Amino acid sequence: MERDDIIEYSLDAHHSEEEGKKIRKKIWMVTLILTVVTTVEVVMGIFLSKTVVGADSGVWTAIKLAYIGLTLLKAGYIVMVFMHLGDERKWLRYLIIAPYIGFICYLLFILFGEASWITMG
Amino acid sequence: MASEASKAIDAKVLWGGGRSPFSVSYGKMMMWFFLISDALTFGGFLGALGFMRIKFADVWPVSEQVFFHFPFVHHTHLPLLYVAFMTFILIVSSVTMVLAVEAGHRMNKKDVTKWLALTVLGGAIFLGSQAWEWSTFISGSEYGSYRLADGTTATLLEDGNLEMKSGDIVSGAQADQIKAESEFVQGANLHRNEYGHQLYADFFFFITGFHGTHVLSGVILNFIILLNVLKGVYQKRGHYEMVEKAGLYWHFIDLVWVFVFTFFYLI
Repeated sequence: MERDDIIEYSLDAHHSEEEGKKIRKKIWMVTLILTVVTTVEVVMGIFLSKTVVGADSGVWTAIKLAYIGLTLLKAGYIVMVFMHLGDERKWLRYLIIAPYIGFICYLLFILFGEASWITMG
Repeated sequence: MASEASKAIDAKVLWGGGRSPFSVSYGKMMMWFFLISDALTFGGFLGALGFMRIKFADVWPVSEQVFFHFPFVHHTHLPLLYVAFMTFILIVSSVTMVLAVEAGHRMNKKDVTKWLALTVLGGAIFLGSQAWEWSTFISGSEYGSYRLADGTTATLLEDGNLEMKSGDIVSGAQADQIKAESEFVQGANLHRNEYGHQLYADFFFFITGFHGTHVLSGVILNFIILLNVLKGVYQKRGHYEMVEKAGLYWHFIDLVWVFVFTFFYLI
């Protein structure tokens, strides 16, 4: 059978020792960012939990939005640096990200347009 | 047309015809395609969780009040710290994986072995942690709880008093009355949940269970590839792309956990 892992035309399949040093530096930098963001999230979770700030307050909504923002930041670093999507061709990037943009639009549409039964009890 | 579609075309002609679609190998692109669909499954889980927690917001447990245990530490309230530890383990194992991929690009067998072995170890620690987390959740609080008529639960304390969901302590005759009228529950499974709404426990088991199954298969995959690295299979092949493809899967597991951590535990 013909091997299907022919990688001669792949981008960045090999690199030199010097390039490796630079890439490793970037990896440790991203590790630091992910650790700091997770720590911030946990500290927020302990000191600014729903029971502390009150579920009905605008503060809790702001905190929820902050969590989602921090999560997307972490997700971005993992996908773009750890999964090397940032180094791939532009159209491969779009091919992978586009379904989720559609999925998120769909979820938002359901939430704001069709989900009134949830609050009607 | 039908004969055209069923005609066998050599992979070398398709992918090796002087260029490859998007400049990736066939295997890597198919791994991405798999991950796209797999992520939508998790998206469905988390979307359903979001809707249900809005619908039952009044009786939905606050995770900080459910997950506050830590191994070997008793009678101390440490909200979310163990989950944070699990998150950190998974991030670190993702880092060791990306370092294994980097070493593979330099064709450095020794470094690939080292980092991949650490990745397998990290995955195993995460699985063990999850087993502990499950057993703690299943066995429940120390003295159990009473399910009240409004769907919330009151936790029984060591001195016989009751701690209501609002944090108020109820004692004496009032506590005795609640105990007489309400159902006693201890622990959580797919039939009962002493912390609040049943769906909270159901989503916990399904989401972390589905994720844990992914981690288990990831650890097995990484271990098989580690054996191949040790045997020198990829050194002989001239590239370590197999490590990269398994790496995509492993990072995906970390990625899903980042979302589970936010939408199940934090919010």
